[in-house]
Formats: sequence, C-alpha cells, structure tokens
Amino acid sequence: MADLLISGLHVEVETETGPKEILKGVDLAVHTGEIHAIMGPNGSGKSTLAYALAGHPKYHITAGSAKLDGVELTELKVDERAKAGLFLGMQYPVEVPGVSVANFLRTAKTALDGGVAPKVRTWPKEVNAALARLDLEAAFASRSVNDGFSGGEKKRHEIAQLELLNPKVAVLDEIDSGLDIDAVKVVAEGINRYAAQGDRGVLLITHYTRILRYTTPDFVHVFVDGRVVEEGGTELAERLEVEGYEKFVKAAA
Amino acid sequence: MPNEITLPVLDSSGVEVVESHLHPKASYALDDHLAPTGKEEVWRFTPLSRIASLLDAKSAVGPLKWAWDNDGDLVDLTEFPDAPPDEPSSCHAGDSPSRHSARSRRIHLAGTTTATTFGPLTIADAKALGTQAPFDRVAAAAFNGATEGLSIDVPAGAVLDAPIVIKAVGENKPAYGRTHISLGAAASATIVFDYSGLADYAEYLDVTLAAGAKLAFVSIQDWQAGAVHGGQHSFEVGPGAELKSVTVTLGGDLVRLMETVRYAGEGGHAEMFGVYFADAGQHQEHRLFIDQNQPKTVSRVDYRGALQGDGAHTVWVGDVLIRRNAHGIDSYEANKNLILTDGARADSVPNLEIETGNIVGAGHSSTTGRFDEEQLFYLMSRGISELEARRLVVQGFFFDIIRRIGVPQVEEHLQDAVNAELTRAAEAEARTNTNEQRSV
Ligand SMILES: Nc1ncnc2c1ncn2[C@@H]1O[C@H](COP(=O)(O)OP(=O)(O)O)[C@@H](O)[C@H]1O
Ligand SMILES: [Mg+2]
Repeated sequence: MADLLISGLHVEVETETGPKEILKGVDLAVHTGEIHAIMGPNGSGKSTLAYALAGHPKYHITAGSAKLDGVELTELKVDERAKAGLFLGMQYPVEVPGVSVANFLRTAKTALDGGVAPKVRTWPKEVNAALARLDLEAAFASRSVNDGFSGGEKKRHEIAQLELLNPKVAVLDEIDSGLDIDAVKVVAEGINRYAAQGDRGVLLITHYTRILRYTTPDFVHVFVDGRVVEEGGTELAERLEVEGYEKFVKAAA
Repeated sequence: MPNEITLPVLDSSGVEVVESHLHPKASYALDDHLAPTGKEEVWRFTPLSRIASLLDAKSAVGPLKWAWDNDGDLVDLTEFPDAPPDEPSSCHAGDSPSRHSARSRRIHLAGTTTATTFGPLTIADAKALGTQAPFDRVAAAAFNGATEGLSIDVPAGAVLDAPIVIKAVGENKPAYGRTHISLGAAASATIVFDYSGLADYAEYLDVTLAAGAKLAFVSIQDWQAGAVHGGQHSFEVGPGAELKSVTVTLGGDLVRLMETVRYAGEGGHAEMFGVYFADAGQHQEHRLFIDQNQPKTVSRVDYRGALQGDGAHTVWVGDVLIRRNAHGIDSYEANKNLILTDGARADSVPNLEIETGNIVGAGHSSTTGRFDEEQLFYLMSRGISELEARRLVVQGFFFDIIRRIGVPQVEEHLQDAVNAELTRAAEAEARTNTNEQRSV
C-alpha cells in the first residue's frame, strides 16, 4: 500500500519579516500505483509543499493533515517520516563535505532497515548497479555527497537513492530542472523503473512538461498561489504546454 | 645624505628580529619573558588565572611519565640510568656518539642500520645543538626548570618503517619538558606524542630537520579534565626537507600551544594540520607563527575545530611573516570552526606580513559557522537520526584533515574521539531535556 492523503494543508514559512502563509489549503490524494504531476508557476508553493511534507524546520504546518498509509506525517520528525515511507527528491540537493556517497547510502539504508546494516557481500554491488543505471561511475561512491557535483549529477544521485532506498511514496521536486535532454531521459527511466513495481506512489513536481513525455502521469494538478486550482489527465499538461499558466494565475488572483 | 648602516637586531638564536607584534622574541633567558598582564596582544585571549601555574616559573621540575611504545612494550624514558656496564657507549659504524650522553639508549629501529638515540637533554646540550630559543614565558620556564630533558635523534639516512610513539602521561603534579628531536639528512620518520593523564605541563619542544629529511610529527592532547598544557613546539625545516605536523587537541582544561616554523635553507616544505574539539569550559589556543625566512619555501596551515557547550573557547592565530629575502615562497593558511551549540566561542585571527612581493603565493581564509540545518535536514530526510546525522556532518568536517594524517592508528583514534565527544554531548542534551520535562 502507498496512499498519501493530503487534506486542508496550510503552511507558513519563516522569513526575515516574520511568518508568511504559503500553502492555503492543499487537498491531494496519491493512491497506490499512481503517478501524479504537480505543475505550477514559479513561487506558487510547490517546493513549500515538498519541504513541508518532509518536515523541513523552516516550514510550519498550521492546519491540515498528511497521512501516509494512515500514519500522520505532520507529527513525526524528519527521519521518522522517511521511516514511514516518504522520500523527497530535492530541487537543490545539499552538499555534505567529507561524507562519501557510499557511507551516506549505507547509513541511510541501515537507518531505514531498523538499524540492520545491509549485507557487505551484496550491498556494494547493488549500489554500483544503481549508480550505473543512472550513468554514474563506481568512483562516484567515494565522492563527498553532492559536493562539487554538476547539476545533472546531483539529480541522478537523487534518483539512485530513490531506487536503492525504495520508499513507499516519492515526492520529486523539479527533478528535471537543470538537466539536458539525455539526462532527463535517464532520470525519467529511473522514476519509471521505481513506479513499475506497481505498489508505490509518485508525486512529480515540475515547472515544465518536458519530463512528462518520458514519465506519463495518471493525474495532473495545476498549482497556483498555494493551492490546487485544476485537476485532470495528461491532456491538462498538453494544454499548459500551449497556453502556459497565465489563465490560471489570473483566475486565482 | 648620510650613509647609515643599521645592523639587524638579532635574538639569542641569531635570527633577525622584525619589529612587529607578529614576531615573537625568542630568548633562552627566563627573565627576558616577563609575566604577562593579559593586555599583551599575544596573551589577550588567554584566561591567565587558569594558566598561572605554568607562568610561575619553578626550578627542578620533573617530566611527565615518558615511555616509548615499542609495539606495545613500554620503554621508560623518564630517567636514563647510568650507562650499563656491558654496553659502554656502544657505537656502531656511522653513529655519531659525540653528541649523545653516555646514558643515552641507542636502538636499531625497523628499517634502519644506524641507531636512533633516546637520551637526556641538558640545557647546555640544547643550546649547543643550535635549537630555537623559547618564544614565551611558559616555554622558557620549562626550558630552564626541567630536570631531565629528552632528546630523540634519528640519524642521517635512516628511514624508519614504523612510527615512534611516545606516551606522555601526567601523574597529577606539575611537569616540565625540555625536548629536542632531530632528523639527520635524508632521514625519514613518523613521531607521535600522545599526552594523557592529569598534569600542569609546561613544554619546550624543538625539532630540527636536516637537509632532505622527512618528518610526520603528531601531537595528541588527550588530557584528562583539569589538565593544563602550555608552551611551544618549534620546527626548523632544512633545505628541501618536508615537515608534516598534526596537532590534535581534545582534552584538558586549558591547552595553549605556540607552534612555530622556520627554515634553514631553500626549498623546505611545512604542512601544519590541526584538529581540535572543545567541550564546555575548555580553552584551546593554537598560535602558529610561520617564519618564511628562506627563498622558495612552502607552508600550508589547515586547522579545524568544533566547539560545543557553555564556555567552550578556542583561539587560532596564524601569523605568517614573509621576509625580504624570501623570494619565490608559497604560503597558505586556513582555519575553520564549527560551532555546535550556543555558549561556545571561536576566535580566529589570520595575519600576513609581507616584506617582499616577489612570491608565488600567500593567502589565508578563516571561517566560523554554526551547524548547517540544511545538511541535517537532507541526511534526516533519508531516515538518518539526528544524532547520526550530526556525527556524519562533524566527521565530514574533520575528514579532510584526518585523511591527510597518514598514520592509520592516529586516524582511527581521532574518528573514535570525535564520535565519543558527539555522543557525550547528545547524552547530556537528552538528560537536560528529560530534566526540563520533569520540572515542567
Ligand atoms: N525559506 C523561505 N524564505 C522566504 N520565503 C520563502 C521561503 N521559501 C519559500 N518562500 C516563498 O514562498 C513562495 C513559494 O515558494 P516555493 O515553494 O519555492 O515555490 P515554487 O517551488 O513553486 O517555485 C515564494 O514566494 C517564495 O519566495
Ligand atoms: Mg520550487
């Protein structure tokens, strides 16, 4: 099972001038086996939704709920949300100098498996295979996490983690931004492999329709000014491709 | 125009004194080093009341309990017995006996055919060897007041396979050290001083690398709570010689080390690394003075520290003097501090004084930052607990230094020490939280 049910979610962000409301009541349901795309203009609150779900300390949920298979995420610490099955692929993955990818992956896997370390005999092979599927060399594992990675390497590393850690639900925030067309394909194929297991959920946040040519969503949501303003299928993405967000932004204003 | 010739002012080691607060005046005489008032630039960061026991110079103070760790077998170096009758000043071909007391121990270490000598070091011996004079009162007190010094002499050409590890243990009393280490031409060695126990320890430790010598010198201040350690580690790097120094400060109440480098010829390299971790109430001060006094010499300084707890205080001062004649030198110094909790304070003061523009490079950087919440969030979003995430970040912070030490047992020890510090802090925090909850 992989049901992510978001209802009435209100979120404030801490700013220098005090708290500011960004999400103004988000309702969204991702059911087992579904791929959802969230599309919206810059500044509409897409990343805020992703961060708030994962529990980033700067984003405060003031009302509403987010349940993953019945577990209320909003009451959990960041690591506990991951243990509940949530994964956040970040728009700007964070550099952690001096911590190798291999060490990071092993530590994360151990934590997610309840403190049981992965098998020394098979795990490095799994890691290498996952990296290879995303066109990353084995030597990549000994580099520091995101430190000095190119934009494309950062995003491919996020998807390698997705495949290795295999959560119930993946929230992927602009996983396609800053990628050239070949890299978009590689990343999309990774998402497809993950989704093809059939019992997972994907929430794909994107600004452009480009990645949707390779990863086909079951549902498309248009996000404007902190809420979902329109829902549909792939035809909605096609419409956005032609018309842009302007009409929705005007309607919301 | 009157054609005046000004003669350079020399210190007691015969080195020209540059009038600058960066340039400490060296002198063997204790009276040349006045007791500080706290107003002096070089003392302004130090809590004088906590180092008072080292400033109040005494005579005839014994050493720490020194032992050479010969692969697990501890060989006492605290007192050197009179020459054993069966081995009267045993000399092997190639050894130079004249420099050493008959009481010295000559030992053929693995990988060598000539003997490394461990022996006492009198004041007269130390001066005759052309050592650097003490740079401050603590070092001068130790130099003049220590009963039995220690000299370690690795002969020319000797390439030691294994590190020489000296365990220096405080036995809950004042201790003075007068130590000299010398590496002969093209000799190569790793020497580790591992300080532990409880002491008020004033130290004079001087190191000479002859031409082409290679030394990795590691000093680990792993003192018990309450220990006080001050003084100097001074290095002279010969022509084409390579020094790698690693200073690790973990324990003790107060540690204040003056670490100096000068060169005895062209083309010497000095890499100075430091790792420190200050807990609540600890004062850790590392003052570096790199005297770029010879052409084509290279220096690299990289010190990193983490601080946690109320009143944790670290001081890093990096003074680099590039003299008029020091053409073609290359120098860079860096200090990074990671403040883990409120109430801790890191002072970081790089200083460059450049008297010639004819150089390859000279630069410095100094950063002091709080724990990065974004790094914590990223790691925790992968299921990693907060404690584990903090541990990874701090290990990562130090890793860049630790990986360059090149002595596996020291690297491991350091990783463990960093972990232990973080676990202790997390446990303390957990306790405070529980107490707060109870008292609500
Ligand atoms: N950490 C922050 N500090 C201040 N403002 C923020 C912060 N995060 C987001 N915002 C504001 O919230 C709004 C939504 O941002 P974001 O969620 O990043 O939008 P999107 O991902 O859709 O481009 C923007 O107006 C942005 O400026
Ligand atoms: Mg965004």
